[in-house]
Amino acid sequence: MLSGGVFFQRESAMPQPSISKTMTTGESGLALIFAVTAFLCLIASAKAVDAPFAFHAGLSAAASLAAMFFIVNRYYDRPAALPPAEINGRPNYNMGPIKFTAVMAMVWGIAGFLVGLIIASQLAWPALNFDLQWIQFGRLRPLHTSAVIFAFGGNVLIATSFYVVQKSCRARLAGDLAPWFVVLGYNYFILIAGTGYLLGVTQSKEYAEPEWYADLWLTIVWVTYLLVFLGTILKRREPHIFVANWFYLAFIVTIAVLHLGNNPALPVSFFGSKSYIAWGGIQDAMFQWWYGHNAVGFFLTAGFLAIMYYFIPKRAERPVYSYRLSIIHFWALIFLYIWAGPHHLHYTALPDWTQTLGMTFSIMLWMPSWGGMINGLMTLSGAWDKLRTDPVLRMLVVSVAFYGMSTFEGPMMSIKVVNSLSHYTDWTIGHVHSGALGWVGFVSFGALYCLVPWVWNRKGLYSLKLVNWHFWIATLGIVLYISAMWVSGILQGLMWRAYTSLGFLEYSFIETVEAMHPFYVIRAAGGALFLIGALIMAYNLWMTVRVGEQEVQMPAALQPAE
Amino acid sequence: MKAILTLDNLASGLVTTIWTPVFVAIFLAIIAYAFWPRNKAAFDEAASLPLREE
Repeated sequence: MLSGGVFFQRESAMPQPSISKTMTTGESGLALIFAVTAFLCLIASAKAVDAPFAFHAGLSAAASLAAMFFIVNRYYDRPAALPPAEINGRPNYNMGPIKFTAVMAMVWGIAGFLVGLIIASQLAWPALNFDLQWIQFGRLRPLHTSAVIFAFGGNVLIATSFYVVQKSCRARLAGDLAPWFVVLGYNYFILIAGTGYLLGVTQSKEYAEPEWYADLWLTIVWVTYLLVFLGTILKRREPHIFVANWFYLAFIVTIAVLHLGNNPALPVSFFGSKSYIAWGGIQDAMFQWWYGHNAVGFFLTAGFLAIMYYFIPKRAERPVYSYRLSIIHFWALIFLYIWAGPHHLHYTALPDWTQTLGMTFSIMLWMPSWGGMINGLMTLSGAWDKLRTDPVLRMLVVSVAFYGMSTFEGPMMSIKVVNSLSHYTDWTIGHVHSGALGWVGFVSFGALYCLVPWVWNRKGLYSLKLVNWHFWIATLGIVLYISAMWVSGILQGLMWRAYTSLGFLEYSFIETVEAMHPFYVIRAAGGALFLIGALIMAYNLWMTVRVGEQEVQMPAALQPAE
Repeated sequence: MKAILTLDNLASGLVTTIWTPVFVAIFLAIIAYAFWPRNKAAFDEAASLPLREE
């Protein structure tokens, strides 16, 4: 896949200064490290105490060998000099890793939405698990959440962050192999995590299911990501660091901290997949939801707000409504979000004061959330008419509206009395999906619709009409999804707490399950519509790259030297 | 009887309490920075940064 000209710009046509070609320290060092890793993984595979570990170790040995050959091949193919940072005084942007992550985002997105549809259907018709352990709900559910959040969302974040940091700093991405290490390494992590779930490998921490070896690998990849991002900011030619970069940086740094805090574990054997978490009891629960809610706050919010602050002004051709507000928005979000986790543990063994603290901060979070929403929406001042003609901008703006809606709903649900009704019910699922499908999904779709023509140097999208179809089909899907879950969740919550005049519970659990069936069918229908929209999008983007008209203005990298 | 008020307790109590006013002060300083009249021109320019790139 990587050998084609799809991702790499052909730069060999440029006249090269006559210097002798040698491997860089990075190339030789990394090739050597991968060779050693391949050998060690082979040993680990042979000595493995469980089958999934043997599979993962073998896969890693093969992947390490492939990485080694990729590095060496790339060295033989490339010109003697590394790509220059600037050509004719203009930054020589590195678009290859962005193209790769944009493609992977679409691939994982469709896979994740499909698995979501399968498990939604399993909830409506349980026979659909066919009594096979690999595709039962418990294994497919983390596959769905990881695929949509970390695989789809993560690739969108890496793609857009690499694009925005280069453009807004007017500097080429730092590192030569490092950006490729980040994008390939991250997707390899997803592969290990996903295949692990299907084989029953999990540390049973929600949104942090991957086992210790996948966690270690992600740590290395993520630190490299941070270094590439920071390195690019450090060599910027634009004196000011644009607000989107602040949000991206907060996302990258905080995810690193959360990942390290939540995942310290002791493997039972270094040749086996099972490990035990260092934390115990309620401390473990608190760590888990400190991680879990800040994954929402910094992965699904801060990172995507960075997209909002760059892509909406760019698409609407209007400046950010209030840059002052964006500064306050950023710092208020940073100061408040980190405390909101305990609202996931209302009415548990967590101390009461901690629950109240989490609730209080969750309510306060409403302010920066809406400040940001207003800033995003008002950026359209003077350009509202574009909503009629540009479905991509409409998608971006509707995503911000969904952001406003779910960040109002979230603080409300964190209030303990509301939570006593909503907790453990489908209302939570509905809330999550109004944020995930409406906000994260739509802002990602909008960003990809912008990004693909930009990085592949196309005049525009293949078809705006298809974007329009995508927008309406997906919106209808979201509405079906969240309204079904609201009704189902509140129904479920009320049935659970209903007593007879004699003080007995009025409904057995199975009666509540039966009552939810029609809403599960509606939810699955909504999910199917969302998936259909994504398939239309994939076709549209594919055609944009394949047959789209080339932008007349040549990119810096292809301009002939005069 | 174990002494409740020791230097250690006092120090840790101070450390765990002091950052509340410290964070509030930092946040107020950020608001002041954001609204400082002299910064307005620079922020207005930054707001259209995405539209100016090459």
